Amino acid sequence: MYFRIIKKLDHFSVDVEYEFNQGVLVIQGESGAGKTTILNCISGLTVPDGGRISVEERVVFDSDGGIDLPARTRNIGYLFQNYALFPNMTVHQNIIYGIKNKPEYRDKDQKEKLLSYADDVMDTFGIAHLKKRHPDRISGGEKQRVALSRAIVTKPSLLLLDEPFSALDQQTKELVYQEFSSFKENFKIPTILITHDAAESEMFADSRILMKDGQIIEGRRSK
Amino acid sequence: MLSPILLSLKIATIATVFSFLLGVFFAYTLNKKKIPGKNIWETILILPMVLPPSVMGYLLLIAFGKRGFIGGFLLETFDLQIIFTWIGAVIASCIVSLPLMYQNAKSAIISMDPVYEKAAQTLGSSEWKIFRTVIFPLAWPGIISGIVLSFARAIGEFGATLMIAGNIPGKTQTIPTAIYFAVESGNTEMANRLVLIMTLFSFALILGLNAWLKKRNYIGRQG
Repeated sequence: MYFRIIKKLDHFSVDVEYEFNQGVLVIQGESGAGKTTILNCISGLTVPDGGRISVEERVVFDSDGGIDLPARTRNIGYLFQNYALFPNMTVHQNIIYGIKNKPEYRDKDQKEKLLSYADDVMDTFGIAHLKKRHPDRISGGEKQRVALSRAIVTKPSLLLLDEPFSALDQQTKELVYQEFSSFKENFKIPTILITHDAAESEMFADSRILMKDGQIIEGRRSK
Repeated sequence: MLSPILLSLKIATIATVFSFLLGVFFAYTLNKKKIPGKNIWETILILPMVLPPSVMGYLLLIAFGKRGFIGGFLLETFDLQIIFTWIGAVIASCIVSLPLMYQNAKSAIISMDPVYEKAAQTLGSSEWKIFRTVIFPLAWPGIISGIVLSFARAIGEFGATLMIAGNIPGKTQTIPTAIYFAVESGNTEMANRLVLIMTLFSFALILGLNAWLKKRNYIGRQG
């Protein structure tokens, strides 16, 4: 994927450009560096002032060409910092929410396939037993796994993770780190992970950029 | 004595249905979309709450009277008369209860964390689906408050109703107008009964609403 994003914020402007095709790109920086703005622009939740974004050769935003696809058609999975699980739905309803929006879901055979894939993902993440519970009845680590399942069950072409480990306590974090490593190996979805934690960056980055005040101050391929 | 009670229930129920639809529509549109002149629209919606009932009644007479711009049109086109009919009472009740519905729905909608809408967008939902599956269910407690308070306000509506619908027994006479004319004509027995019914009914309505909201909040905190 490729992105060039220009977005004016209150105190500074985000102006970044990067290209990566597989693995995990970690964007590291202090809070307020403009990291989440980048994810919001890529996902289509925020409109950049200028630039170009393409995912798997598909241009989703181009200020010169007047292209700005809405978030719902970009097929980009997004794991929000506080997970954003719908409190009015069960775990299962949360996970299949995105699947139900797919045009294939209207076809009976395809629908069965999509739902059984959702079951497989839930089994992989060990959350099948939580199916009927509501988000306020599960732990932080479980919420994280549900949110990640929900984001990937639609088979997105890109996955965005906004500080996915920051809401977890240290003990849960260790466990989730291991799970995330095996998730990375198993699913192989191009991913952008945002963190302020250098250790997390070291652990998961296939390539990494360091940001400050909206600019890339260091960008390298680490592995 | 039964006639004004049944008529009051009929008028208040129909008025509440319309006030629910309009209140939720305006609360969503004015607060989630960029609408020019938003403050003016909002002020117009809230105005019936602060204007004297006689002013509201007079304005309704001007609009819905036989020579009014809406009343004249309805009479000529559909042969439909609003003044001195129960429909007039419904319009008066709907307009005076709309501010309560609007305010409650608005508070519920704007206090909701916008991250749920964002999550739904990235999962492929259209705007209408986000409203139906996320915003409306999460705003439901506030909307219920609005419905109950609007109904209570509509069933107690007196001034504007009297001016636009009059006090025709069996046709437009509601509980509040029946009480007024019972007192005027010295029929205190009738007035006492109706006052007791009205007070008990409103008391039960508010008590029930508070109990429901308390229970819901209590359950919500259990997570």
